[in-house]
Amino acid sequence: MNGLSLGSIYALIALGYTMVYGVLRLINFAHGDVYMVGAYTGYYLSRKLKGDEPSLLAALLVMLGAMLACALLGVIIERFAYRPVRRASRLSLLITAIGVSLFLENAAQLLFGADPKFFPSLAPRTDFILGGVRITSEQLTVIGVSVLLMLALRFFILKTRTGKAMRAVSFNQDAAKLMGISTDRIIAITFALGSALAAAAGVLIGMQIPKIDPLMGILYGLKAFVAAVLGGIGNIPGAVVGGLLIGNSEVMVVGYLSSTYRDAIAFAILILVLLLRPQGIFGRVQKEKV
Amino acid sequence: MKGFLLAAALVAVLLLLNGLFTGSLISGVSISPYYLQILSLAGINIILAVSLNLINGFTGQFSIGHAGFMAIGAYGAAYVTATFGERIRSALPALPEVALDSLILLLALAVGALMAAGAGFLVGVPSLRLRGDYLAIVTLGFGEIIRVFILNIDAVGGARGFSGIPKLASFFWIYVFAAATIAVVYRIVHSSFGRTLIAIREDEIAAEAMGVNTTRSKVISFVVSSAMAGVAGGLFGHYLMYLHTNSFTFIKSFEIIIMIVIGGLGSITGSVLGAVLFIGLTEGLREFAQYRMLVFSLLLIVLMIVRPQGILGHREFGGLFQRFRRRRLDTPAPPPVIQA
Repeated sequence: MNGLSLGSIYALIALGYTMVYGVLRLINFAHGDVYMVGAYTGYYLSRKLKGDEPSLLAALLVMLGAMLACALLGVIIERFAYRPVRRASRLSLLITAIGVSLFLENAAQLLFGADPKFFPSLAPRTDFILGGVRITSEQLTVIGVSVLLMLALRFFILKTRTGKAMRAVSFNQDAAKLMGISTDRIIAITFALGSALAAAAGVLIGMQIPKIDPLMGILYGLKAFVAAVLGGIGNIPGAVVGGLLIGNSEVMVVGYLSSTYRDAIAFAILILVLLLRPQGIFGRVQKEKV
Repeated sequence: MKGFLLAAALVAVLLLLNGLFTGSLISGVSISPYYLQILSLAGINIILAVSLNLINGFTGQFSIGHAGFMAIGAYGAAYVTATFGERIRSALPALPEVALDSLILLLALAVGALMAAGAGFLVGVPSLRLRGDYLAIVTLGFGEIIRVFILNIDAVGGARGFSGIPKLASFFWIYVFAAATIAVVYRIVHSSFGRTLIAIREDEIAAEAMGVNTTRSKVISFVVSSAMAGVAGGLFGHYLMYLHTNSFTFIKSFEIIIMIVIGGLGSITGSVLGAVLFIGLTEGLREFAQYRMLVFSLLLIVLMIVRPQGILGHREFGGLFQRFRRRRLDTPAPPPVIQA
């Protein structure tokens, strides 16, 4: 159960990586930090909104507020940092991404303080015992919300016009442009969606592990990226499966080996995937065009 | 012969400067220990920046875990000195103190460099077989993981840090290795192997079509670069006499990237300039230390938008004048490079 809920969080972050990679072929290093900003927005919102009694309405508002704020942040990052260098070399795009990531981390340390903060509990918590397994209501919320968001994303990408345009841009940006799709708009929407999902993950992690700090995005971002690569980068169901696999293997390592190596397992998986199946579980081998 | 004389002259000058700075040459003449330390750390940063530029600037493969390799070299070298230093001393009692110190330092640095090179090989092979930015994410992960591992090795102090390293490195040694790094990278880049690296940077598919074994070239370049980072780490430990994993976080890696991006990816003199500028700015703006990284990260973003090639771009500092003169004398200016 722990693995499943941790895995859902990785999956939510991995979706943002994979979507941005799909349309821009860019590893968005700042994505993990957007997730961190999401957690902090949730923290401040819930301190504002929370009454004496934890209520579901407040939890919902906090979640939506954080998602909205981060969607905006994602669009701003795309507009002012990535768009001006999109036509330049891939290396400049990568350096810009690193710059944005550093900027967010340091700005967060100045704004929010470098010490970890403790997330207030939002929803009333109850534990269930199901067949000898203890399930907390937080874990259920995390899994439930993640599944809901993923289904919504799936619907959006497969059934709406914008989703179709997004798939077209990811397939071939120039051809999509020739077909009259505003690629700039689609890329901005992709960033907004990915960032909103990361923000949701940030609020969810705040509910489950209530300690947040300005540098939390690095390690989570890294693992989520591994999840995206494991599932096949650019592949949306792949990101979900990859996230769940990483979350579960991490919990297993902590359970059976030692918590020292909890961060090393994702790294070991990444090396193995790159050696054995670099296109990921669901990825297709891409032909190179000159 | 000319190169040998040049090297001998350089060593003599460095010895002289070392004597002047530390006050051992003329009594009463020295610079403050604070400036000496800054100068020495600048030298270490020059080694780091120039070596990172070999893989990031000349080969075009983005590594963001240089501090991880530096940590391996630092801990490896310090472990050698702490464990075998005394034994070597008692085995060779006939040698003078200076010779023993140098011998132990060189041995330790060699071990540190080899260990860092080995780690570079292990990290490089899986990620450099593929095209794309995998090296970036793998090295970022590696840099964070290696710290956790070192933190859990009790033989090198673990969370307490590694103390009691003898001070074997000095201004002199640091700059000898900085000069050696610059010379080695310069020779590599201007060799036929160096041209394969630049070909890979410009267009990997075209390079492969021309018969370049791209994976092999990339891995060699990465391993050499890692080994040099290991040397820098070894010098760092033997200069400060204390090591802690907090010195080797991803922030250190990003600092080195900022140095080479500011100076110009693909320019050796640019890296040196970037390293010196970075140290100068960091020390000069000490009161604003908390805004430092914020400013540097903004600088990185703005630089990519307005001047992605950095201060010097691919050019070298001394070459600026030469190229200008040559262009004026005979050939018309080469056509601008058209980016596909």
